[in-house]
Amino acid sequence: MTATPVVRAVNLVKIYQSGRGLPVPAVRGVDLTVEPGEFVAIMGPSGSGKSTLIHLLGGLDTRTSGEIWLDGQRADTLSESGWAVLRREKVGFVFQFFNLVANMTVADNVELPALLAGASPRHARERREYLLGALGLTDRAAAAPAQLSGGEQQRVALARALANQPRLLLADEPTGNLDSRNTRDVLRLLGEVHRQGQTIVLVTHDARVAGLADRVVCLLDGQIVDDGAIVKRRRRPGGTAGDVVELHGR
Amino acid sequence: MRQLLLALLAKEPAHGYELKQALESIFGSAYPSPNIGQIYVTLGRLEKDGYVRSVDVEQANRPNKKVYYITAAGRESLENWVEEPTEGPRVRDEFFMKLVLAPMTGLSDRMALINRQRRHYLSLMRDLNELAEAADPDNRVALLLIEGAMLHLQADLDWLERCQEELP
Repeated sequence: MTATPVVRAVNLVKIYQSGRGLPVPAVRGVDLTVEPGEFVAIMGPSGSGKSTLIHLLGGLDTRTSGEIWLDGQRADTLSESGWAVLRREKVGFVFQFFNLVANMTVADNVELPALLAGASPRHARERREYLLGALGLTDRAAAAPAQLSGGEQQRVALARALANQPRLLLADEPTGNLDSRNTRDVLRLLGEVHRQGQTIVLVTHDARVAGLADRVVCLLDGQIVDDGAIVKRRRRPGGTAGDVVELHGR
Repeated sequence: MRQLLLALLAKEPAHGYELKQALESIFGSAYPSPNIGQIYVTLGRLEKDGYVRSVDVEQANRPNKKVYYITAAGRESLENWVEEPTEGPRVRDEFFMKLVLAPMTGLSDRMALINRQRRHYLSLMRDLNELAEAADPDNRVALLLIEGAMLHLQADLDWLERCQEELP
């Protein structure tokens, strides 16, 4: 592939200071390149550095050393305001704890990023209607975030992150607060935008989410211990009980 | 059973009873203790297939005992067993045995086995996602079966992560 990678991290390191001033390495020399249209799932035990890594890639935390390039642009040397501009233009981020604007409606929360990026009000509204519809939230458009359940807020956060059709979607446990029916809506939307070419890098424990990805990156103690394709095994039409049984070779 | 005995013999030659004891001591009381007759029958078949050979060792005041050792063909069969991904929840124990035994024989390290197995589970999950998407939304049996398989896979993945954290 000769296209500019959407993400390129080079020897990325993050060391926190513990309460007693001791250095705590969270990310230890990560190299990661993500090509346009790729869907990468980052997995690993708690404390392996997954969340730190995705926060570094989104500029929500500063790296200790190493380089971050987003869509061909050096990002790790940017100021906080430089990052804010870059994120607004290129990155949608779904946090573990949503970060919705409390005094705006759901509809406005979702439209805001598109409007900030210069979309026409009509385009922003259409995109918002499509995303809320896909996530089963159409009738919550006029509500305030505080009136929503955790699962609803999480889905609004995903809609907001996708409003802009960002160059890169970053997400930290995007199904962490969802029951299985709502997870299904999120899975369907992620699969759909991915098929439309959306580049996605997300942290997940949820095997269903990881199963949508093209590639899995596994972290252990702040280092990548596995990075490879999730190969499609076989394709068969239908969806009967027999298929599942056969899949498991019983 | 065949591959378990081959793995033990890849570590060192042994006679039947030593193999039984080795299985018991490695897997502890949770492992159903193999019947000695079954072990000898399996060894006989392995020998017939050319995967093991035996030599008679004389013992004072007792009948000779047969000590088994693995052949090149046996090692190859074992290598295939170690390398191929392990299917489905029913044979999860088999994966665990690979995980415990393979590093002892120097055939593979645990990290490589765990990573290979994780990718395998995720590709199964990928198939299940596609099946779920293609399934008739009114066919509850099919959907539940898919969901059940997904939950098994989730548990398998969580457990792999635990193995990765806990085993050296």
